[in-house]
Amino acid sequence: MSLTLSLENAVVRRRGKAILGPIDISLEELHFTIVLGPNGSGKTTLLRVLHGVERLSGGTLSLSKPGEHARRAQAYVFQSPIMLRRSVRANLAYPLQLLGCPKAEIEAKVATWARRISLGDALERPAPRLSGGEKQKLALARALIRDPEVLFLDEPCANLDGRSTREIETLLLEAHAQGTRVIMTTHDLGQAKRLASDVIFLLNGAVHDAGLAESFFERPNTAQAQAFLRGDIVE
Amino acid sequence: MNEIWAGLEAAFWLIITLDADLVEITLRSLHVSLSALVIASCIALPFGAWLAIRRFRYRRTAIAVLNALMGLPPVVVGLIVYLLLSRSGPFGVMGLLFTPSAMIIAQVIIITPLIASITHQAMRELWSEYHDLLISLNTTRRQRIVTLIWDGRRALLTAALAGFGRAIGEVGAIMIVGGNIDHATRVLTTAIALETGKGDFALALGLGFVLIALALAVNFMIHALSRTEREGTW
Ligand SMILES: Nc1ncnc2c1ncn2[C@@H]1O[C@H](COP(=O)(O)OP(=O)(O)OP(=O)(O)O)[C@@H](O)[C@H]1O
Ligand SMILES: [Mg+2]
Repeated sequence: MSLTLSLENAVVRRRGKAILGPIDISLEELHFTIVLGPNGSGKTTLLRVLHGVERLSGGTLSLSKPGEHARRAQAYVFQSPIMLRRSVRANLAYPLQLLGCPKAEIEAKVATWARRISLGDALERPAPRLSGGEKQKLALARALIRDPEVLFLDEPCANLDGRSTREIETLLLEAHAQGTRVIMTTHDLGQAKRLASDVIFLLNGAVHDAGLAESFFERPNTAQAQAFLRGDIVE
Repeated sequence: MNEIWAGLEAAFWLIITLDADLVEITLRSLHVSLSALVIASCIALPFGAWLAIRRFRYRRTAIAVLNALMGLPPVVVGLIVYLLLSRSGPFGVMGLLFTPSAMIIAQVIIITPLIASITHQAMRELWSEYHDLLISLNTTRRQRIVTLIWDGRRALLTAALAGFGRAIGEVGAIMIVGGNIDHATRVLTTAIALETGKGDFALALGLGFVLIALALAVNFMIHALSRTEREGTW
C-alpha cells in the first residue's frame, strides 16, 4: 500500500488574508493529477501544504503512514529549482546520503540518473552554474532518485524547450507507471492533456472543479473552467 | 629623507638576516592573534550559525547587540579588560595582566562579534536559499547544520580571516593590557609604535613590512575565496 494524503477543511491564511481553502481533497488512487488554475490561484500553496512544507492555518492533513515514513516517501520539485552549492554529482547523491545509503549504490544511481537527464558528462560541474533547463532536470532527477511514492512537481517544465519538456514527460510517465503517484502544476494545457489522469482546477484558492481528465477537458462543468480552457481571462 | 632611506636599507637587512628580535616579535604576534582567532572562532562560528537558523524571542535584539559590539573601540575593550584583570579587579588573583594571555582575551573580545556577524549573514543567506529543500528532504537538525557549514565553508573562512586581520593589526587594546614589555608582551604593532617613538626607524620599518605582508596575505586569501565562490569553481 503506498502513501495517501488527504486534506480536510484545509485553510491557509497569510497576513490575515485567506489564500487557500477551505479545501477537501484526497489523493488516494495512483493518479497522475494535474493542478490547473490562473496565476495566484493557490496551486503552489496547495502543493506545499500537502507536502508539509507550508503549515495550515486551519483543518487537517492526514497521512496513511506514520510521520517519519510518510515524509521519506515524498519528493518535491520546487517552482524555482534549489541547487546545493555543490557539483551535479553531489546534488544527486545528497538525498541518498541523508538516508545513509551505501557508497556503491549511491554511485551507481547517480551515474544512471545523470545519464537519464543528459548530464552524464557534467557530473563535476557546479550545479548553480547550470542553465535554467539543466537545473530543472537536475532537480527532477534529485527528486526521483529516492524512488518516492508521492511526487510533487510545481511547473517542472516552465521555460523548457520542446525537447527537454519531452524528456521530462517521459521520465514522469515512467515513474508513474512504476507506481509513483504524481501531482503536478502546469500552465501548459497541451502538457496537461498529455499527462493528466485527473485534474484539480483551482480558482481564487478554492477547488473550483475536479475530476477525471477526459471529462474535464471534454465537458468542463463550469463557465470558468470553459473560459480557462479556451485561454480566456477567468475571474 | 636620508634617514628614511637608511631605515629602509636597515629594515631590509633585518628581514634578510632574520634578526632575532624581529623574529621573536613576529612569532609572538602570530601566537597571540592566532590563539585569539581559534578561541573567537570556536565561539563565533556556532553562535552565528545558530542565530541564523533558530527563531527565538529576542533574536532581533541579539543581532542588534552583536552589531553594536562589532563597533566597540579596541582601546575601550583594553581599558575594560585592564580593569577586570588588574590586581584589585575581579580576576586580579589570576595574575594575567601584562601577559600574552591578557592580550589574547582582549583580542577575543574584539574579534568575536566581527566573526559572528559575518557568519550570521552568510548562514542566513544560505539558509533562506536551502530552507525549502532541506525541509522537504526531511533532514534532521544535525544534517541541516552540517550541510550549511559545509556549503558555507568559504564564507566561514572569510569571516575567520577578517577576524585575524583585525586582531593582527590591532594596537590600542593590547598596548594597555600587555604593556609592551620587551621579550614578554611586545608584538608587531606595539613594537612599531615604540620604535617609531624612539626614532629607531630600521626596526619599526622592518616590523612594518612584516605586518603589511601578513595583512596583504590575509586580504589576498579573502579575495581569492570570494572569487571562487562567485565563479563557482570548487
Ligand atoms: N507567504 C505569503 N504571504 C502572503 N501572501 C502569499 C504568501 N504565499 C502566497 N501568497 C499569495 O497567495 C496566492 C496564491 O499563491 P500561489 O503561489 O499558491 O499561486 P500559484 O497558483 O502557484 O500561482 P503561479 O501560477 O503564479 O505560480 C497569491 O496571491 C500569493 O500572492
Ligand atoms: Mg505557483
